[in-house]
Amino acid sequence: MTRGKDEILFDHNHDGVDRRGFLKCMAWAGTGAFCVMKGGVLNSYSLSRIADLAPAQMKGELSFAQISDSHMGFNKPANTDVAGTLQAAVDKINALPTAPEFLLHTGDISHLAKPEEFDNVEQILRSAKSKDVFYVPGEHDVVGDDGKGYLERYGKRSKGSGWYSFDKKGVHFVGLVNVMNLKAGGLGSLGADQLEWLEDDVKPLSASTPIVLFAHIPLWSVYPEWGWGTEDSAAALGYLKKFGSVTVLNGHIHQTMQRVEGNVTFHTAASTAFPQPEPGKAESPGPMKVPAEQLRSLLGITDVNVVHGKEALAIVDSKLG
Amino acid sequence: MNQKHRYLATVVLLAAGGTAIASATSLFSRKAAVDDAKSEVKIDNFTFAPGEITVAKGTTVNWVNRDDIPHTVVSDDKTTFKSKPLDTDDKFSYTFGKEGTYTYFCSIHPKMTAKVVVK
Repeated sequence: MTRGKDEILFDHNHDGVDRRGFLKCMAWAGTGAFCVMKGGVLNSYSLSRIADLAPAQMKGELSFAQISDSHMGFNKPANTDVAGTLQAAVDKINALPTAPEFLLHTGDISHLAKPEEFDNVEQILRSAKSKDVFYVPGEHDVVGDDGKGYLERYGKRSKGSGWYSFDKKGVHFVGLVNVMNLKAGGLGSLGADQLEWLEDDVKPLSASTPIVLFAHIPLWSVYPEWGWGTEDSAAALGYLKKFGSVTVLNGHIHQTMQRVEGNVTFHTAASTAFPQPEPGKAESPGPMKVPAEQLRSLLGITDVNVVHGKEALAIVDSKLG
Repeated sequence: MNQKHRYLATVVLLAAGGTAIASATSLFSRKAAVDDAKSEVKIDNFTFAPGEITVAKGTTVNWVNRDDIPHTVVSDDKTTFKSKPLDTDDKFSYTFGKEGTYTYFCSIHPKMTAKVVVK
């Protein structure tokens, strides 16, 4: 396992990690992704490694930040201060040389869909320099009331159970909802109505329009045994075949992953709250409790997930378009 | 049988009877305890345990969430029974008034499935 560069090698005090190092080490917490569209292709970089990026890598037609799984209200040993780690993510975003155009939150904003949990997140995000925030719900945001509270708060510009699209600087963004009406034993689900809407939504667009789909549960089969996939994602992606550049951004699995399939690049963002195990590497997908002394190995895990073993979370070769 | 023998026989009979009564009582209380345990389902580590229980008609089944993540208890048809989100240590119960097989799941983590058989 590679040694992360944020690790303090000579710390005479305690666990080898100072506070600054701790916050930087927590690639799993207080983190998010900086996304920049360049030449119609989206690059996504983990905010925990942003200091290592060359200024040129951060410039493009459009940039935004993705945060995910803030689970406001969670207070168990895996992270007793989810507000603090969300604030740390915002601080990192605010420290970027250029403020991202907007923020995307890919769901599980709250832990139990309580109004005060949503309020807390909104209050923390108000400290971001980027004022516009686009949300999609996670299953925790719609629990108990079938998404009623979520929709009242965030659904004003959406259709159905909360899906919508918008355009920014020639890029077409589509927020999808795959956490409603889940069936016993099943995976994430978009449903016929949403699929029909998606087909109509992208139909008039030219094939050279860069597309960014974002939804909570991965739109690819990460690990169906733990429910990490969406049963009808293939149908959704089928409508996007004509486009040269399609990027899919998800959360839910509390770790970063990247995959390229034809014209489509998939990314998952880490949680700002707590890490979950790699697919199948634990008995269940429950929160990983990470004592300070384990941060080194966790940092190693993060390194493994980093594409090309360097600072970029995922660098997509410019072979599209 | 002389006097002494009769006395001994009585003692033996009494003792045997006493043991029988004691056994019946302990069997009864043990059975009740088993029924109680059988009607409780523990949620932990993203699993309902036991995954299948059989209870008599009219039994109240109790669920308790011992996981550090919230879960729900929802019948597959989503109408027969449906708990609120159960945070750690929250409980839910439902009384099964009709015979049948009731499959249920966690609506937050739908891969979590289990069943209650009512006889």
